Amino acid sequence: MANASDTVTAAPVRRAAGRWNQRTLAPWLFLAPGLFMFGVYVLWPIIQSITLSFYDWNGLYNQDGEFTGTFVGTRNYSELMTDPAFETSLWNNLKWLVLYMAALPIGLFIAIFLNQTVRGMRLYKSLFFFPFVISQVVVGLIFAWFYAPNFGLFYLLTESLTGKGTAILADPDLVTYGIIAAGLWPQIAYVMILYLTGLNNVAPDQIEAARLDGAKGWRMLWYVVLPQLRPATFIAVIVTVIGALRSFDLVSIMTNGGPFGSSRVLSYYMFEMALGEFGFRMGYGAAIAVVLFAIMMIFISGFIWKMWRDETQR
Amino acid sequence: MVHKKTGALALVAALLLSTSAFAQDKRVVTWNADYDPIPLAAAEALIADFEAANPEIDVQLTNFDHEAYKNAIRNFLTADPPDLANWYAANRMRPFVEAGLFADISDVWAANGLTEALAASVPSSTIDGKQYAIPYTYYQWGIYYNRDAYAAAGVEVPGPEGVNWETFLANCEKFKAASIDCVTTGSSALWPVAGVFDYVSLRTNGYQFHSDLAAGKVSWTSPEARAVFENLGKLQPYVTENHAAIDWQDAAAIFVQGKAANYVMGNFAVGVFKEGGMTNDNLGFMVFPEITPGLDRAEEAPTDTIHLTSGAKNPDDAKTFLAYMAGAEAQSKWNAAVGQLPTNKNATVDPADPFLTAGFEALSTSTGGIAQFWDRDADAEYAKAGMEGFQQFLVQPEELEAILERLEQTRLRLFPQ
Amino acid sequence: MFPRPIQQSGKGAQWLYTIALPIALLLWLFPLLGVALTSLRPASDLAQGNYFGMPSGIAWENYVFIFTETPIGQYMVNSLWVTIPTVIGAVSLSLMTGFALAVYGFRANILVFFMFVAGNFVPFQILMVPVRDMTLQLGMYDTWYGLALFHIAFQTGFCTLFMRNFIKALPYELIEAARVEGVSEWRIFWYIVLPLMRPAIAALSVLVFTFIWNDFFWATVLTQGVDSQPITAGLSSLNGQWIAQWHLVSAGSILAALPPVAMFFLMQKHFIAGLTLGAVK
Repeated sequence: MANASDTVTAAPVRRAAGRWNQRTLAPWLFLAPGLFMFGVYVLWPIIQSITLSFYDWNGLYNQDGEFTGTFVGTRNYSELMTDPAFETSLWNNLKWLVLYMAALPIGLFIAIFLNQTVRGMRLYKSLFFFPFVISQVVVGLIFAWFYAPNFGLFYLLTESLTGKGTAILADPDLVTYGIIAAGLWPQIAYVMILYLTGLNNVAPDQIEAARLDGAKGWRMLWYVVLPQLRPATFIAVIVTVIGALRSFDLVSIMTNGGPFGSSRVLSYYMFEMALGEFGFRMGYGAAIAVVLFAIMMIFISGFIWKMWRDETQR
Repeated sequence: MVHKKTGALALVAALLLSTSAFAQDKRVVTWNADYDPIPLAAAEALIADFEAANPEIDVQLTNFDHEAYKNAIRNFLTADPPDLANWYAANRMRPFVEAGLFADISDVWAANGLTEALAASVPSSTIDGKQYAIPYTYYQWGIYYNRDAYAAAGVEVPGPEGVNWETFLANCEKFKAASIDCVTTGSSALWPVAGVFDYVSLRTNGYQFHSDLAAGKVSWTSPEARAVFENLGKLQPYVTENHAAIDWQDAAAIFVQGKAANYVMGNFAVGVFKEGGMTNDNLGFMVFPEITPGLDRAEEAPTDTIHLTSGAKNPDDAKTFLAYMAGAEAQSKWNAAVGQLPTNKNATVDPADPFLTAGFEALSTSTGGIAQFWDRDADAEYAKAGMEGFQQFLVQPEELEAILERLEQTRLRLFPQ
Repeated sequence: MFPRPIQQSGKGAQWLYTIALPIALLLWLFPLLGVALTSLRPASDLAQGNYFGMPSGIAWENYVFIFTETPIGQYMVNSLWVTIPTVIGAVSLSLMTGFALAVYGFRANILVFFMFVAGNFVPFQILMVPVRDMTLQLGMYDTWYGLALFHIAFQTGFCTLFMRNFIKALPYELIEAARVEGVSEWRIFWYIVLPLMRPAIAALSVLVFTFIWNDFFWATVLTQGVDSQPITAGLSSLNGQWIAQWHLVSAGSILAALPPVAMFFLMQKHFIAGLTLGAVK
């Protein structure tokens, strides 16, 4: 508001009032359509989902269009506590989170490898980035083909190495790792492009100064380059965490959560419970979604907190 | 979450319906179905016959994609109900009956003597003593076998009456020696393993125990249930490896190529086997082996049904059509076109199709009872938990105790004692 | 520059790098190349178990087949019907919200801003049941606009973050000067800020296009039939029919991947600018 009074001091009083009103109202008019859509499709549904998680509802309305659910208090949540499928999903989510972080060092490594100025480098960088541009559905199909029993490349490879092929998607102990590997492929590409941009902006004088001091290789990377890449690393961590927790597409395409539910993750299990063929337990699904939301909120809060610090420091 | 638009929609729909009815001067019956092309053509032929006999009625069929229908029915039953809707018998129709979306049609059953003509399907069409479904077709499950694979392994080819359990397992040993999978399946979609489990269960303890198991009335840790898994365990080493990663069509390819000898499947798979190059000469059918001697033989035959919706605008004419669909003539015609079995015992089956005649024979001589298939006999959530357990057992038989314990916990939660 | 430019290294290292580069790329894109190759393999090769050997011929007929015998063309058209309105809608809405949050210092500013940012990271599952139910009630289930409306609303979160930061970086004096001249707020937005936003609009358009084209989750939740399903969901249901026909699955995959890939190569600079926003500061 400080700006407002500065600029209008010279104008006549009546006009100043009009201007002031316009400038109080204007942001809300500009915000209105976006806020309305966001409120209807994002904020309100979150509240509704949380409410629904205290109901037992099979998704049906009766003939008169009335909601047929019944209030069950916290029963959905207490059932989650003893649900082995929920436990499996939670563990798998943890595996996703931890192993997905491998995208950071690998992405950085490729970025460093590609950060040269030789002929055709631009094309190389684009082609390395390729996996991120294609749909996860396609990535899932590609890897399903790669892992297919009897003729998949991976199967044949393990067969030639160990004499017995490994059908990774049929193996309850390996299946999640197989899917994570598929997910890492585009994720590494994403992280790589973030680091490539970051490396472009590393201050050359500092590098040269460090070189004169005799810093090389790992020490240079660790003490000089990485600190300057911090913004890129921060974004990379955020998008990787989100990617790991949103891992619905690949599970759905590659295994449908199988064999016998071993590759379920929360995002898939929620869908399965709410809209799957044997599901239609909307309340229970909503409860799973609330748990997933709570986990994500930890990371969201961290992100917002950092943004808030950056904003107020300016 | 209350309807706002529904009223307006219904009004528009009613206007559209009334104008078209007026234009043709006919009473309209709407029917939502989920047919593939061949059954669809057969259904349209039936409608033509029906309209010829009832010129004042116009049956309008809206067809949905088979998979999309499972989702769509949940929406249209409340938002915009047709008069008739396709669905499945037994527990699969229970949620709609309990939400009051399917109408009681006991009067249609009574008026047309259906309890007698459709005797085998009375239990699966009835909830709380009232009938909510018209069953018009079913198909048998059993063992399809590849005669070439039997010849290659030097095993004697069985007849449609099958062999006993000991012989079957002994044959499996011979197939194994010849590097042929004795039994194949592709359980990536889970349900194919339920066919195997159901048969082992029906043969081990009989229909009543199996039915109680599906209904959650008996414990998974009971000696009878353990006996089922013990028998399943004898089969386990002979089932195609990695079945959990492949679909049933993939397994069909293995079977067609003679890399597997037997396939526990439903009759709908015959089309796929024949597309793959098999003929009546090398494809055989037999009933699942007898395990516990002296048990009345029960069979598995999932039934497809038509229902009257509670929101039907023209229930009277819709009931006329339902009675027609329950009749022997309509059922003979539809099932002959589709290659399935009529539920009306007065209907006829194409004598030239060896698999249909074998199935009809197997079902009509079964004295034990007709099961619907695990995912229709059991409550949806229970069905899924069960199928995951069966699949896991066929992959990790050593986990039996953990599987049984988990199933038992699910049972106690879903069916508090 | 880090690492040290390869030109400063010895001849051997330079040689090694020139060789390693294409090999690394080949390995990296190996699964994709395999699928591209399979999509041109005749069905007879697969039937005979020739999955990875020399194809017996180039089978363009696989592509002809999926176009003539499956609704894949319709799926692609459906995808466009969802994607293009979403791009227009989300970019327009966020231009306004971004402008409001970047230019005006009202009290709730930071709160509204953080709300958009946080909403952008929310797991889809927490929205799924209510959004599906609402779309059904409004009679928009299984329509392109039902899906597009949701996407517009959700993408507005991400786009607002982007636009607001972009406008913040513009010289504020321009706006100040206009205000002194007595130009109305709307005209400032329209005549002063908007023309400067071209790069941001381009970057966001390609990004949103790619995100929405590749969306699978909401396509599954809000559409179901050939008439409205986008390519991702369509490909998934075709995959269910094409079991063991990997030449068709591959051809379908390549087709589904083509539009965002083309978009990426045409608008590469904008694409990367959009994606790496905030990675350097």
